Amino acid sequence: MATAVEVRDLKAWFGKTEALHGINMSVESNHATAVIGPSGCGKSTFIRCLNRMHETNPEAKAEGEVRIGGMDVYDVPAVDVRRRVGMVFQKPNPFPTMSIYDNVAAGLKLNGTRNRKTLDEVVERSLQQAALWEEVKDVLKKKSGASLSGGQQQRLCIARALAVNPEVLLMDEPASALDPISTAKIEDLIFELKQKLTIVIVTHNMQQASRVAEYTGFFLMGNLVEFDKTEKIFTNPSDKRTEDYITGRFG
Amino acid sequence: MPSKFVQLRRQVTDRFFTGLAAGLSVVVIGALVAILAYLVLRGAGSLNWAFFTQIQKPVGESGGGMANGIVGSIMILVIASCMGVPLGIGAGVYLAEFGRGRLGQLVRFTADVLNGVPSIVIGMVAWGLVVVQQKHFSAFAGGVALAIMMIPTVTRATEEMLLLVPQSVREAAFGLGIPQWRTTLSITLPSARAGILTGVMLAFARIAGETAPLLFTAFGNQFWNLSPSQPIAAMPLQIYTYALSPYDEWHRQAWAGALVLVLLIVGTTTLVRFVFLRRMMGGAR
Repeated sequence: MATAVEVRDLKAWFGKTEALHGINMSVESNHATAVIGPSGCGKSTFIRCLNRMHETNPEAKAEGEVRIGGMDVYDVPAVDVRRRVGMVFQKPNPFPTMSIYDNVAAGLKLNGTRNRKTLDEVVERSLQQAALWEEVKDVLKKKSGASLSGGQQQRLCIARALAVNPEVLLMDEPASALDPISTAKIEDLIFELKQKLTIVIVTHNMQQASRVAEYTGFFLMGNLVEFDKTEKIFTNPSDKRTEDYITGRFG
Repeated sequence: MPSKFVQLRRQVTDRFFTGLAAGLSVVVIGALVAILAYLVLRGAGSLNWAFFTQIQKPVGESGGGMANGIVGSIMILVIASCMGVPLGIGAGVYLAEFGRGRLGQLVRFTADVLNGVPSIVIGMVAWGLVVVQQKHFSAFAGGVALAIMMIPTVTRATEEMLLLVPQSVREAAFGLGIPQWRTTLSITLPSARAGILTGVMLAFARIAGETAPLLFTAFGNQFWNLSPSQPIAAMPLQIYTYALSPYDEWHRQAWAGALVLVLLIVGTTTLVRFVFLRRMMGGAR
């Protein structure tokens, strides 16, 4: 089994408050790994450390080792990391002034790709991977990304992230603002996408974790309490706290 | 279910405040309409071809116009905008995207103070900075004075409008590995374009009517001048001189000048909005 993301003793702070107390985790490549836990447990902070988005908050700081495909994430410029580790956010956030086409092409265009043919190909491929192509192919340059429905916007954001061809895709509660039908579409997508890349998904929804992920990590108060095969976590957890959480005793 | 009385009271309150808001809007718009109407009434009669093509005739001769003032005003405003708008937007971007520390506080405070400095004082500053150094009045000096007046308004408007762009939009860009300068230039600024444009136009409209900062910078000129390094006529200065004169003919021209000045401002503002906002609509939304 190949490891896509190797996390060693990762700590993170907001100001003086330590939000993560030394996390260790190995994420297997071409699989989906779910990160679950109650609000404020540090699960979002954790995945935002993987592509160094954590430090875009001026108060924030992180320490430790994150290796992604031989690259030490904290040893290279943050923009290089983010080009190889895509991110999808909780609320769909298409660029408001851009057309659908420009939204998807943004990552390439604004990093210097000018070749029209390459861009056309990437836009079509990414939208197809995000299962949005059929719905928007006739209005690519006519409609703005913001004019789509919430579910479509989120798939547009996924397409935008895929366009730069990342090795790892981080998803921070990607379906929590969507209706059940849109959520199902996103989940189907995750199955398709892990053929090509590695997915780490934060979710509040335990059923979702059990549906989409092979591995699950349970976070509590800044610690990774348990990390194992999803099936094991949900049927036979080894830690009492995990069991309490998944049976709904708290959180 | 609330009682009949409560329902009635709510309805009356609702009507009252809706009416109040509508009434106050009418007062505000009414003031503008009244000014425009009065200007048209007093000034439109003196508008003719000569007003736009000729310069001032010697006293005692009838006719003549403000062509040199119109051209002069346009020139000074172009000079001022070329300096004031980029500086103001640049400072606004700094404040919104980078200026969290001491320097940011200082720039923000300075801009607010500068906004409150009387225009005559700004005229004196430009006089000291440009006129005294060059030893003569000039269109350029007038432009500098008006640019200084423009900067704080443009800066603060740019900052406010950029702060209205949701943080999630910046995050989306950072998440794609787009560097911060690129994000600001290609994503955040365009998202705030309409608001920034409104701020720029407000600043423009304000300086277009300023007289005091021009008194000892542009100085005014009774003759044609197209050189930025020479004293130049400007509409507010000419209106001021004409209105104070004892001649009826000049009074009429002052009214006409005021009307043209207002139309110039309204026209520019509308045109710029039209051009830029249409470009923004193109392709998206």
